[in-house]
Amino acid sequence: MPLWLFAFFAIIAVVSALGVILQRHPVHCLLALALALLDIGALFIGLGAEALGFLQIIIYVGAIMVLFLFVIWLLNLQREGLATERIGLKVIGTLAAAALGAELCALLVHAGPAPAAPLPVDYGSLRSLARLLFANYLVAFEVTSALLLAAMVGAIGLARRIPGTNAVAAPPSDVADRLRSAAG
Amino acid sequence: MTPLNYFVVLSAVLFVIGVAGVLLRRNVIVMFMSIELMLNAVNLAFVAFGRQLGNAEGQVIVFFAITVAAAEAAVGLGIIIAVFRNRMTLNADELKLLRW
Repeated sequence: MPLWLFAFFAIIAVVSALGVILQRHPVHCLLALALALLDIGALFIGLGAEALGFLQIIIYVGAIMVLFLFVIWLLNLQREGLATERIGLKVIGTLAAAALGAELCALLVHAGPAPAAPLPVDYGSLRSLARLLFANYLVAFEVTSALLLAAMVGAIGLARRIPGTNAVAAPPSDVADRLRSAAG
Repeated sequence: MTPLNYFVVLSAVLFVIGVAGVLLRRNVIVMFMSIELMLNAVNLAFVAFGRQLGNAEGQVIVFFAITVAAAEAAVGLGIIIAVFRNRMTLNADELKLLRW
């Protein structure tokens, strides 16, 4: 990846990441985040990981961001007002983030890069990725499918609406009573 | 050819921006987005290091991280919907109790 191309994508990434945390309308934050993720996918491709870059764009920008967007629409979130309270906490938060950044910079300044190893011919291709996934990491791959199924069932159960009411599913009353008596 | 250090520095900058978002914003959905940003910053570091070391295992780890992030987003957004229906707010300062 030539330096000018990296600089182009890096500037877009930083500006859009700042957009995520500085804009007040959740949809604007989300669009900035989608741009940042798209940009990171482009950086993956620039690093030679073509298959992964396209997977990132399809899964993250195509699926996860749309899920966020649907939730924001579903909840009808509007622009937030300027939070004037708790300014002290914001100052502390900014300082803490700046301290973390300084710490990371101090670490990176002292770390010398490992010498670049020669790349295999099919580096970053779907073939090399799939060969690792279905050979060395097969168990993890299968566990991932179980994880996705569990997450799907869990998300449906969490967001389910009780028919006829506006509330989401609360535990059945006998369970709630037992919980309460156990807590008391 | 861009040196590895630049990618790692970019990854660190994106991670710090994500941390700042979690610390500064009070909207739960925006905090969640900042977490996604941090995840992606780390993914970028993984791919850059994998490139430097010449093996594709970094990419496999990122593949799994993306999958787990998808599951995490689904469950997290389900929780956010449930909380919003019960409390009608997404302000993290008002969501203090881990119960109905």
